[in-house]
Amino acid sequence: MNTTQETRSPKPSSLDEHNMQPPVDVVEDADGITLFADMPGVPREKLSVRVEADTLIIEGELSLPVVPELQPGHVEVVVPRYYRAFTLGPGVDGDRIAAELKNGVLTLRIPKAERARPRKIEVRVQ
Amino acid sequence: MFRTLFPSDWLAELDRLQRELPRFGGAAGSIRGSGRSGFPALNVGSSPNAIEIYAFAPGLDPASIDVSIERGVLKIAGVRKSELPQDDAKNTVHINERFAGAFHRSVNLPEGADVEQVAARYVDGVLHISVKRREVTKRRQVAIQ
Repeated sequence: MNTTQETRSPKPSSLDEHNMQPPVDVVEDADGITLFADMPGVPREKLSVRVEADTLIIEGELSLPVVPELQPGHVEVVVPRYYRAFTLGPGVDGDRIAAELKNGVLTLRIPKAERARPRKIEVRVQ
Repeated sequence: MFRTLFPSDWLAELDRLQRELPRFGGAAGSIRGSGRSGFPALNVGSSPNAIEIYAFAPGLDPASIDVSIERGVLKIAGVRKSELPQDDAKNTVHINERFAGAFHRSVNLPEGADVEQVAARYVDGVLHISVKRREVTKRRQVAIQ
């Protein structure tokens, strides 16, 4: 049905080989879809959430405090950039997405298109 | 802080790093391993004045993060609650990738770390811990007469 599906394209023109994929949770209810994405280190001004055609694109750049003369030792987060894209499908309203970023977690609320909401159909017994 | 031009498969790279990369402060892997589920991911670096630890731990209440140092081992522990709805028939979980549950990670601090001078800040889901080096262990240039 109208579940969000992951897609590999389109990708940004540069740096496309050097992105982290943020882990996400996606939950659907009767009124819409809620997406949570872990993007630690991304400040609000370095976050981009947009819809191109039917694709939801989440991008973010890490911004950590600069420490002079810092030499990396043990490194698990190797690239300072997150990227992930999802196909929205016909049932949701990509124009009315609400986004919130708090403590490195991006929360998106994607409402369903009016016509895609579940409707209870009365069955009348004659 | 970051190493650029790494292979694109981040998870494979992370896995390789956890197996192969020498632990901070020595050539051998830590006996305490790399922590359950790798949450939070850790970057550790050092500057002439301090050891800098970055724990990528999004979605936590900073007051609930437990940071302690004991016998040269810095420990970061806490619990991250799931934001998924509990047994609700009206919700469908399509993707469930984010870490939930108790976590615990350790970093072996090098000789000369001053456990009395530790600063920790939680910004944008990253816990940044800075442990100063003791004066005596800082590198000094010796003038040749």
